[in-house]
Parts: sequence; structure tokens; C-alpha cells
Amino acid sequence: MNGVNWVALTVFVLLFGFITWLGFVAAHWRRGDLDQLHEWGLGGRRFGTMVTWFLVGGDVYTAYTFIAVPALAFGAGAIAFFAVPYTVMIYPILFLAFPRIWQVAHKHGYITAGDFVKGRYGNRWLALAVSVTGIVATMPYIALQLVGLQVVIAAMGVSGAGLVGDLPLIIAFVVLAAFTYSSGLRAPAAIAIVKDALIYLTAFTAAIVIPIQLGGFSHIFAAVPAQKLLLAMPGPNTTGAYGVYITLAVGSAMALFLYPHSLTGILSASSSHAVRRNAAMLPAYSFMLGVLALFGFFALAAGVDKLPEFAAGFARYKASFAVPALFLHSFPSWFVGIAFAAIGIGALVPAAIMSIAAANLYTRNIHREFFNTNPTDKQESQIAKWVSLIVKLGALVFVLFVPSQYAIQLQLLGGIWIIQTFPSVVVGLYTRWFNDWALLLGWAVGTGTGTAMAAAMNFTPTYPLVLGGMTFSGYTALYTVILNLAVAIVLTPVFNALGAARRDETAPADYHA
Amino acid sequence: MNGDQKKYGGGWSWWHALFIPLFVIVLWVPFYNVAEPSFIGVPFFYWYQLAWIIGGAVLTAIIYFATRSNE
Repeated sequence: MNGVNWVALTVFVLLFGFITWLGFVAAHWRRGDLDQLHEWGLGGRRFGTMVTWFLVGGDVYTAYTFIAVPALAFGAGAIAFFAVPYTVMIYPILFLAFPRIWQVAHKHGYITAGDFVKGRYGNRWLALAVSVTGIVATMPYIALQLVGLQVVIAAMGVSGAGLVGDLPLIIAFVVLAAFTYSSGLRAPAAIAIVKDALIYLTAFTAAIVIPIQLGGFSHIFAAVPAQKLLLAMPGPNTTGAYGVYITLAVGSAMALFLYPHSLTGILSASSSHAVRRNAAMLPAYSFMLGVLALFGFFALAAGVDKLPEFAAGFARYKASFAVPALFLHSFPSWFVGIAFAAIGIGALVPAAIMSIAAANLYTRNIHREFFNTNPTDKQESQIAKWVSLIVKLGALVFVLFVPSQYAIQLQLLGGIWIIQTFPSVVVGLYTRWFNDWALLLGWAVGTGTGTAMAAAMNFTPTYPLVLGGMTFSGYTALYTVILNLAVAIVLTPVFNALGAARRDETAPADYHA
Repeated sequence: MNGDQKKYGGGWSWWHALFIPLFVIVLWVPFYNVAEPSFIGVPFFYWYQLAWIIGGAVLTAIIYFATRSNE
């Protein structure tokens, strides 16, 4: 254990100890009966505007975001900024569509997207497709949070062979699993407040101090190679990088709130007004994300990848090491401890919410639907608690034994999969025109085609679609969800003509206050 | 609100149409994929997009307050 940064590690461990304590005492916060699933898994739908703001912000802007977005800017340049139009677009979607799902969920006691689809279409197989998609898309996302944690632990010089090297990650995992089990959604909600205070402190300190150290923004951008500074102009007969940029932004924005953990955060709000208010307040996080993307350029300008002390880190973690190296290079050790704790806690909050969301889906839409149709409240919440443990254990085993490249590829596929629930969930909030079997076939075609396209492109997010001699390179998820919708539109009249029964337990008035 | 909107669950307001120009502004890549005019050393591509995060937040707040009385 040579080269351990003891000061940073001490600050890191102290802050981790504090949030561990907070995670356990959170069980008593806005006290409810944790033997009921909506109490354990949705915090009793009691979170006001501010807590929801911290919770959704803590949920959506994950440790992986803080590492990966600057890493993409560091490695690929301007294309990483698609994250900015993406974040600008997610809040109008949140503002318009999600108060409706909050209302209908509140009225009918829905906890998951699967519950809503079951109620709206009366088709358990469509609900199963939506639920399984949610669980499968979430698992690699949890694994990536642990990868983020792994990078900062290694950056503090904690390393070793075999089990000893993995021990810090295992300890963090046990802490996470224990407080999620005992406190449910209240734990990440309470910890999110601490996490965000640390993240804002780190981001804004770095955004002010590092440019001064580097001699101002002119110097920083002068260090960025010309081909990374702007998007490449598209050549003839192609939409080039412009199409990639736009489709990544639109597709990512459509996918975000379909992830089970985003929906869990939204449904735990105390009113649909709190959801709307959040749509106006959450862009504070977006601004920080934009600033964070610039950190990739700060790292380029500081030349951290050429410094010998970081060579081992870059060799192992590639561009993901850019932000940790930048902080180690620019800050005194005690502040590095705070910054790394911010990223580390930023991994635990979304990981906890993701595992709760996956557990809610399994319990409500798989176990209760197919195995035990009439559980008691206590049985139901107990199953969810166990599933949250299993989901996290799966993620840990994956991170420890499978190269992180696979987690990244699976998370990419997860984006392609989760967007296929858009027609059933988001479009379903507005219209019951679609036939449920047509939606299910659309989902199957979209998922299958998307997976095949991603595999054909060696698990990169974009596909060069050729139409009439023009090449449209763009985000596979967006292309395949359009195909999915087209299939559902064409097949709806066909299935309706076959005379299938039309079921819908929701009424139009259920969707608004 | 007319009957049609009630039928589909309501909640629509013409104020929401203000989101359309916002989407055009942030997706019109050929317009902002340029370095000049820069601002305190930050190329146009970057500060334009960051500024529209704030613009989007202000717009969402305006629409929130304008439509609040309808709920």
C-alpha cells in the first residue's frame, strides 16, 4: 500500500462514515410503516419539492456521469457536449408528461411503470415486457456506479492484489446494501442532500480555481486540438457529426425518465405540483453538468495524461482517469478527499435508488403477477428488500469479475432497450388508441433490431443508416424506437379488427389534478 | 379548456408551445458549431449551449407560473 494519499483517504472515510450513519437513521425520517411497499420503496410519497429536487438530481446525475462526460470531452472533444441539449430537453418532457403519471399513479396506487401499463392496457405480458426491460437496463447501470467508485478509490492510491484490492469496494457495497435494506428510499433521499452539497462545492470550486491556475479559459481552449474543439463539418451526402449530436441528445432525453430509478424519484414526490416545480429547478444540475464536461478540457490543458505519477491510472482506466487526475493535480489533499467523497457518495445514492426501483418492479410486476398473486403487505415489502440485495450483489460480482468494458457496453444496450418502452409508457399517458398486442410486437421488433444494430457496430451507440444515397449516422436507440412506433401504428388496426377486448382501468380525469 | 382537452385528460395549455422554439434553439447545430464570437475565452459553441440551460430554466419557470392557475 505504498503511495496512499492518507489525508485524502481520511477525509473520504470520515464523510463515508457520516453518510452511513445518516442512511440508517433515515428510517425514522417522516416515519412510516416500512412493512408496506409504498413506504419502503417510495418513501410513502411524502417528499416535498426540495427533497424531490435533491432525490431526482442525486439520481439522474450519477458518479458515472461525473466521470464519463468529462472523459468523453477529454477523449473525443465537442461531441461530449450533446449532454447539454439533452439536459435542456429533459425538463420540458418532465414538465409535460410526468405530472400525468404522478396523478394516475397516486389515484390507482401504482408504484412502477409496469403497474401503470397493466392498469392502462390490462395486458400482463405487455406489463412484463416493460418491467423486464426496466430491470435489465438498470443492472449494468448499477455496475457502472461501482466502477466510478473503483476509479476514485484507486486514485487515492489504495490498491493491492486480489481480494485486498477489492476490499474497499466490498465494504462500500455492504454499507449500501445494509442501509437500503433497512431504510428503503428514505436513505438515498437523505444522503442525496449531503451528496449534492459536496458535488456543488467541488464543481464550483474546480470551475473557478482550475481556470485561474491554468491561466484563464483562453489558454484552456487553446490547448484543445482544433479537431476536438468543434464538431466536424458533414461531408457530401451525409449528416455526419451533426446528425450524431442531435440524435444522441433527443434519444437520451426520451430515455432518461423511462429508467425505473427516475420514475421512482418522481413518484415519491408529494404532489404533481412538486414534479412541475422540479422541472423548473432541476436545470441547476444541468448547468453543473455542462461545467463538468469542460473539466475534460481542463484536464487536456493541464496535460495530466503526460504526468508520470498518473501513467498507471490512465493505463488502467483510460480517459475515465482524467477527472480524478485533474483533482489530484490541482487541489490540496484534504480537498481531494472531499471531491472524491462527492463522487463516491454520488455512486451510492443512484445505486441505492436503482436497486430499490428494480426491486419494486420485480415484486409488483413479476412476483405478484406470476408467482404469488395475493401477498400480504409485509410479504410484499420483504420480497422487495431481498431483491434489492440480490440486484446489488449481482452488480458487485459483475464489477469484480468482468472487465468494465462489458458494463459500459451493456449500459449502452440498456439505453437502446429502455427507450422501447416509450410508446407504452409516455405515449400511453396521452392516448389509449394503441392496441396492447401491437405495442408488445413493436417493443419486440425495436428491442431485437436495436440489439442487432448495436452488435453490428461493435457496441458503439451510433449506426450509419443509409436512405436514398444519404448516410444518416445517428443514435441507434432513436432509430429503433421510431421503428417500434411504426410497427405499433400499423398493427393496431389489424389487432382491433381481430376483435380483442379493450381494457383500461384508468379514466381521463385520473391524469390531472 | 374545451371538451376535447378534457376528453384526453386536459392539462394542455398554449403556453406549452413555447417549448418548441427552445428545442429548435438547442438542436440547430449548424448555427452554433462555430468558435466566434467567444466569451471570456470560451468558444461560441460552448457558452451558447450553457447559456440556454439557464434560458430553458427561465422559460420553464415562466410556463409554470403562467399555467399554475389552470390546475
